[in-house]
Amino acid sequence: MLVVEDLHKSFDGFMAVNGAFLTVDKGQVVAVIGPNGAGKTTLFNLITGQLAPDQGTIRFKDQPIQGLVPHRICRMGISRSFQVVNIFARLTVFENVQVAVLSHRKKAFSLFTPARRLLREETLAILDSVGLADKAQRTSGTLSHGDQKVLEMAIALGNRPELLILDEPTAGMSPEETAVTLKLMQHLSGQMGLTILFCEHDMGMVFAVAQKIMVMQAGKTIAQGTPEQVRGNLLVQEAYLGGADQCFR
Amino acid sequence: MNRKTLITLIVVGIAFCLVPQVLPRFYVYMLSLILVLGTLATSLNLVLGFGGMYQFHHAVFYGIGAYAFALVGARTTLSPWIGYVAAPLVAAALGLVMGLITVRLSKLYFGMLQISLGSLVWAIVFRWYDFTGGDDGLHGIDIPEPIASTSGAYYFTLAVAGVCLVLMYLIVNSPFGRIFQGIRDNPDRTEAVGVNVRRHQLVGLVLAAAFAGVAGSLFATVEGSAFPQLLFWSLSLELIIMCLLGGWFMFLGPLLGAAIMVALRTFVGIYTEYWTLVLGIVMMLLIFFLPEGVLGFLHKRFAGKAAQER
Amino acid sequence: MRMETTATISVSALAQQFLVGLSRTTILFIVSSGLSLMLGVLRIPNIAHGSLYMIGAFLTYTIATAIGGGWGFALALGLAPLGVAMVGFVLERGLLCRLYDREHLMLLLFTFSFTLVLNDLVKLIWGSDFRSLTAPVLLQGAFDMMGLPFPRYNLFLLALGPLVALGLWVLTNRTRIGKIARAAALDRDMVDAVGINVSWVFAAVFVIGCFLAGLGGALVAPTQNITQGMDHTIIMEAFLIVIIGGLGNIWGALLGAAIFGLTDAMGILLWPQFAIVFPYIAVVVVLVFRPKGLLKSTW
Repeated sequence: MLVVEDLHKSFDGFMAVNGAFLTVDKGQVVAVIGPNGAGKTTLFNLITGQLAPDQGTIRFKDQPIQGLVPHRICRMGISRSFQVVNIFARLTVFENVQVAVLSHRKKAFSLFTPARRLLREETLAILDSVGLADKAQRTSGTLSHGDQKVLEMAIALGNRPELLILDEPTAGMSPEETAVTLKLMQHLSGQMGLTILFCEHDMGMVFAVAQKIMVMQAGKTIAQGTPEQVRGNLLVQEAYLGGADQCFR
Repeated sequence: MNRKTLITLIVVGIAFCLVPQVLPRFYVYMLSLILVLGTLATSLNLVLGFGGMYQFHHAVFYGIGAYAFALVGARTTLSPWIGYVAAPLVAAALGLVMGLITVRLSKLYFGMLQISLGSLVWAIVFRWYDFTGGDDGLHGIDIPEPIASTSGAYYFTLAVAGVCLVLMYLIVNSPFGRIFQGIRDNPDRTEAVGVNVRRHQLVGLVLAAAFAGVAGSLFATVEGSAFPQLLFWSLSLELIIMCLLGGWFMFLGPLLGAAIMVALRTFVGIYTEYWTLVLGIVMMLLIFFLPEGVLGFLHKRFAGKAAQER
Repeated sequence: MRMETTATISVSALAQQFLVGLSRTTILFIVSSGLSLMLGVLRIPNIAHGSLYMIGAFLTYTIATAIGGGWGFALALGLAPLGVAMVGFVLERGLLCRLYDREHLMLLLFTFSFTLVLNDLVKLIWGSDFRSLTAPVLLQGAFDMMGLPFPRYNLFLLALGPLVALGLWVLTNRTRIGKIARAAALDRDMVDAVGINVSWVFAAVFVIGCFLAGLGGALVAPTQNITQGMDHTIIMEAFLIVIIGGLGNIWGALLGAAIFGLTDAMGILLWPQFAIVFPYIAVVVVLVFRPKGLLKSTW
């Protein structure tokens, strides 16, 4: 479904991404891992259009998407959540997700219908599936950090994507919240058939849910394969503090 | 909308309708001005408070609307009623042209380019003596018979302003308005959920310009004239002040701000010719102590109390 | 609407108008540089800058006519800007310094309220009538340049412009306070953390900016009517100049003032009725291609 080939991106001479490769098949759950600064978020930004690559191609369902603007890429079926919480702080939880749903259902230029009731069921259904239905009327800026990260994901779901990209979905979450998010991702993949691409530092979580792992270091893809293949890969072990089987609990 | 608000609005509406029957002409005129400026300030707030756009020269659309209306009467043989259609159309067209040039920039740079474009328009109007009357402006505009009197103009203004406010309220609470607020709070996120932010902002700007144009035609009706000061940057600043004064996150905030400014100007002006001084001091106090604006402050006080009671 | 035919404009007329434009540039530059300083270091869009300029002009009139003669004007040139600087000092220490952490829009509106107050104060003190000041005898009259008269006062301005620019450059680049101010423009908190009292630096910068506004007003006093509306026109011009030059960039202010002054002069030559439109068109053109200004800004 998504094929990234030989991607390069530099900022003022600093090579943030220096040869990234990635293949994501339909229905898979794929994780990108790597030390801090490896270029994971930059890679995601290149895929979803916030940045344009210097070199390389990105194909989604056989269409080239590198360099397109974010809203076009979103319309093609890719949706993402952000690493740093990026919600609409002044709107309520309900309204946050509703914005995405309204955009998806092409109601953006509907001028004279009240928005309050529009697409209510669909929005509430999404909130329900992530467990935020009871907080629907709260101003999103007042939520706890963990809930805000879940809201991040909910907003991305509002676009009914075919490919869901999650940038560190459990960063800063407590173990309980992480477990809930894990279950949610398994549900989205298993029952709803969503294709998921995410990056994480929590290895336990990665190995619990990912069917395929891509490892990045210094902007390069150094390994790509099933969890077992990656675990046994020497290059990967070196990248993570030299022979650290400890990282792969 | 709950019952209390609905009843309040109906009472206020009736009060507004009775004004010319009970108050002297002077007050009727003043209220007409409040309605005009209130509509104008609310149209600004569409893009400023709800859209987060740095609309620094909104007055251009207002002035152009006033001139469009006045010129239809003065330079063409068409009925002056056509002027009321021409005003929003011309203003919207100007909004489209200016918007196409400016919308690709964000925030401050958007505002600055708008100021320069707006100043250019002002300069042309100011100097084009043959067509626009130059710095004298146009006076003795042809106003249709039934609305030429002070009360007639008032009722017409009340009706049109009322319709505009209702329409703007619907827009703010529509999906378009929701997404617009999303753009205000987080343009990157809104873009990431599939919204063409630039196009959205352009449409918003054109709508705001159209309503400003209507307000301009209303002013020309009430005042009987159009002049270049209507396009001057200081009026644009005053409009922003009205929005902030009343509270820019609330729909009726700008209207309240306009009422305060006009009332202040009129009543202080009776006692002293230095009402600008008083206005300046009042503004300074308000900015110091009430950064959320009057309505915002009141809302916080009473919303806080209501939340406690729950 | 008719354009003056350009066929009859001689080279000397062109050159003369060019120089007239440049002398107007001096005043525009002096005023804009003060605004640019405040924008660059303090991040304040000071709308009241125009009112301070106006006060400078009125003060110059009063001092010059009270003392009379060439000395009167010279003294006014020194004292009026100082007076304005003092007004600025009071404003900054009394009110403005408490609002530095507020949003820019709030600061802008706050300085706008200064404008309202100052405007009426001028009306109170000097009345609503306009004033006229004649230049001292030394600077009056014109001398012959390529067959056309060139006013002496414009020559004075032309000579003064580069001097002020040089002075400002020395101030910002070679003095300690200048260097601190530039550092504070880039990173306020760091300068604070190093132990320098940023608050007094800010006050100094503000006062210098006000001095420049007053100086601009003083210099313009003999060239036009000193009226109530002066502040409105100059502030818009100054802001546009600062914007096209690059926020906070003094050389940008010089460049912007030159563009403004020259296009204005060209406009007077080519299409007098719409002369004021020319600078605005130039500004729009610059901003369409370089929205952040021509030179690097400190924002």
